[in-house]
Amino acid sequence: MTVQTIIQPQDREAPARRLARDIEDGWYVNLGVGMPTKVADMINDEREVVFHSENGILGMGPTPPEGEIDPWLVNAGKKPVTLLPGASLFHHADSFTMIRGGHIDLCVLGAFEVSQTGDLANWTTGGDELMPAVGGAMDLSVGAKRIWVLMQHNAKGGESKLVEACSYPLTAPGAVSRIYTDLGVFGVADGGFYVIDLAEGVSLGEARARTGAPLHAE
Amino acid sequence: MIDKRKYSLAEALEGISDGAVVMIGGFGAVGQPDALVDALAEIGPRDLTVIANNAGWSRETGIPRLMDLGLVRKIICSFPKGSEVFKSLYLAGKIELEIVPQGTLAERIRCAGAGIPAFYTATAAGTQLEKGKETREFDGRRYVMERALPADVALIEAWAGDRWGNLSYQGSGRNFNPVMATAAKLTICQVHELLDAPLDPNAIVTPGIFVNRIVQVKADSDRLIAAQRLA
Repeated sequence: MTVQTIIQPQDREAPARRLARDIEDGWYVNLGVGMPTKVADMINDEREVVFHSENGILGMGPTPPEGEIDPWLVNAGKKPVTLLPGASLFHHADSFTMIRGGHIDLCVLGAFEVSQTGDLANWTTGGDELMPAVGGAMDLSVGAKRIWVLMQHNAKGGESKLVEACSYPLTAPGAVSRIYTDLGVFGVADGGFYVIDLAEGVSLGEARARTGAPLHAE
Repeated sequence: MIDKRKYSLAEALEGISDGAVVMIGGFGAVGQPDALVDALAEIGPRDLTVIANNAGWSRETGIPRLMDLGLVRKIICSFPKGSEVFKSLYLAGKIELEIVPQGTLAERIRCAGAGIPAFYTATAAGTQLEKGKETREFDGRRYVMERALPADVALIEAWAGDRWGNLSYQGSGRNFNPVMATAAKLTICQVHELLDAPLDPNAIVTPGIFVNRIVQVKADSDRLIAAQRLA
């Protein structure tokens, strides 16, 4: 009988769950598409958090079961959603007044890169062959009270996505205050990254080795 | 007497000429006036500039249908991904694209409707989308000047309307529609229910002053569900 090494599959949703813990009762929150969207399902206690969708919804609820889909109600990813008690509907000028006027407490976005001064690059990798599309990312990143990035710490090739200076085109300069990754929670302050919390089993040495800029202990 | 009702799509769309700047409401498929756009494609004005959030989702209907027929010279939008017709035309250099951040797009349209020629916003400041635009510092922060974005025609969709052009909406169907209604010389609306009685004034989102023509087109929920499945 051969002995197989069992590699624990990495819990890809752990950073999202960690982020969900830090959201405060009563906040109005916009979640970007992809992994950030999953944060909504991870608030399972007495906290009341109101989710905003840029296409004109406050108080967005979970995906409806098949058969209860409202054809006239979609989220920013154009997928079916529901409304929770207290929800409201509005047009784009009002929706982006909420975003650009500083009324949204938190926006959670994915990113290609975040720099040590909080620059965010998440809208294009800049290749000429690509068709650019920006959506609401630039509005959210200058307008929300807090921008937290939820992403893998390193790209598929191993390069750190936390960098001294972004190589991809910026979405907004100096926008990001926190980053939640598979290695932990990191803050941005005074032109540098610092550790807020390390994931279980991750040492400061490993986090530093896998970060492309100086990482301060606190 | 005021009566903005039209009884065919062709009558509702009369007078749209070559080179027109046409706003088209909707976010994804919801609130998109597909019947009006498809009827416009049949009429066939050329060299159109389209202003919309997306570039459509299905080759058979809406903005991609206009593009497929070679009627669109340029699109001004925030998120053209998901439109195969647009993508192939764009990559072949056959259509112009102006990318505008979604909130800036909404505000440029709002300003056109409100008589405001330009405004400053922090959106896109310090990015490649501020290129060629005036920037200015207020209270230590950098802002980009953006111009109002008016149109010749706005094609919009609402849920219910009356002969005065008053409109109410359903679900996430408002999106760009009430804003675009204010910003065009000619606003044409398709509604699911065209009522004989006046709409309840408390329920009106778009007052009739912003609407020129209104036509009834029963909503196609199967089409909306199909778009959700593709998303």
